[in-house]
Amino acid sequence: VPVLNACSDRYRFAVGLAACLVSNRPNLLPPNHTAGIIRHLQRSAPGTICLTDERNCDIGLPQLRFPQATAKRAAQWPAPQIPGQQLVAEVFTSGSTGTPVPHRKTWERLTRCVLIGASRLNFDVTRPKTIVATVPPQHMYGLESSVLMSLQSGASFCAERPFYPIDICNVLASAPRPRILVSTPVHLRALLATDLPLPDLDMIISATAPITEEFAGVVEQRFGAPLIEIYGSTETGQIANRQPTRSREWHLWTGVRLTKRGDRIWAEGGHIESPTPLGDNLELVGDAHFVLGSRLQDLVNIAGKRNSIAYLNHQLLSIAGVRDGAFFLPEEASDTNIGVARLSAVVVAPGLDVATVLRHLRERIDPVFLPRPLLLVNAMPRDNTGKLPLQTLRSLLGRR
Amino acid sequence: MQDVDRSNHRSSSIAIADGDAVLHELATLINDALNLGLTADQIDPDAPLYKEGLGLDSIDILEIAVVVAKRYDIQLKADSEENQLIFRSLRTLAGYVASHRQQRDS
Repeated sequence: VPVLNACSDRYRFAVGLAACLVSNRPNLLPPNHTAGIIRHLQRSAPGTICLTDERNCDIGLPQLRFPQATAKRAAQWPAPQIPGQQLVAEVFTSGSTGTPVPHRKTWERLTRCVLIGASRLNFDVTRPKTIVATVPPQHMYGLESSVLMSLQSGASFCAERPFYPIDICNVLASAPRPRILVSTPVHLRALLATDLPLPDLDMIISATAPITEEFAGVVEQRFGAPLIEIYGSTETGQIANRQPTRSREWHLWTGVRLTKRGDRIWAEGGHIESPTPLGDNLELVGDAHFVLGSRLQDLVNIAGKRNSIAYLNHQLLSIAGVRDGAFFLPEEASDTNIGVARLSAVVVAPGLDVATVLRHLRERIDPVFLPRPLLLVNAMPRDNTGKLPLQTLRSLLGRR
Repeated sequence: MQDVDRSNHRSSSIAIADGDAVLHELATLINDALNLGLTADQIDPDAPLYKEGLGLDSIDILEIAVVVAKRYDIQLKADSEENQLIFRSLRTLAGYVASHRQQRDS
């Protein structure tokens, strides 16, 4: 029976993961818990149960509450041996056709990946680190860099997932050194923007979106520690790292190969389950390095969540009453404190209002992709070849 | 939350007046920070901030926390049930900011 491990407490998540490991149950890790995704799991993985530590969990699956019992310190017992081929997790991406796509993660490949990471980050079992993570353990990055990294390298992690800047500072300050912050550009910008006194760290790890050399320098100076960026994806797991203040180039992880096929770069080998096209333009530098270019045109990355415009449009057009419509990225770079630009959408839906379209969208897509704003129009501004020039869509925003 | 127990006892009418001023200012700050594309008075102060109301998500809440820290020198925290109440609507958030700013001023 597969388990949707929804525990928000990182320790409880890890206990659930370990229980699944020893009883050979895969963890299902979807990108979000929208009604549409849960319905999909009910169909594609019947019998899935939801392991939760929330008092009022509204996930529509049979629920197993995390037990309240206090753990007894176990007498010495041998670490369980997990077969390398065992399916540990199915991590989902939202797919381009409307159906979530599962990515199989076996124990051997997951551990191989985090062991390479541990060696790249100089994790030393004789001087175990403490990991504080602002990312959820359910996402590939959080799974690898907090839970699995600790299980494999002797590190500890904090059960909390601090959210507000002062909470992150307090949890960090209470963590024994050497301590590491596993985070994202969004949380790092929020931390620096509030002008709080920041605790000294021994390392900062960032992933989900690239960081400029300049911002990396500020982060390193404020925390007194190196900032290491990790590059990866749900499909491939983590595949490269760099320290932006020292190197523009990313260093590929051992065993991983990048090849150019047509106009896409594919990653394969090492811990990667099957050859995977990457969502970024990469410029290869020798066999083991690359420079990161722009996102491919159709793909968006909003605060570390990735999706394709095609998928979002598909979801929009599947709403009864929506005749036409398109998502797009607005022109200007975001000027918010934490720098997250949102999508916009132009929609033809006679008889529907904005709130109704948004309500239907909210059932189908992660809220981070909800259009802001959503403009209702009488007809899409298609040119005489039927195309929707991006500039025309963007100009509609200015004219409101 | 910090300072809650040291709250002073101004009359409630002053608190409400401060709350209204903060409410209007916060509506403007949030509208600008989140690019909502509304005018401040188009934001219903009693609409839920999440989901069907203003439709904000956790990234927006983080952005609001930064705005509140910068403008009012108040650090929002997630350590209590109170946090749920604070973020129920713009009015509850403004009420929290107004009461904590008073304590700071006094």
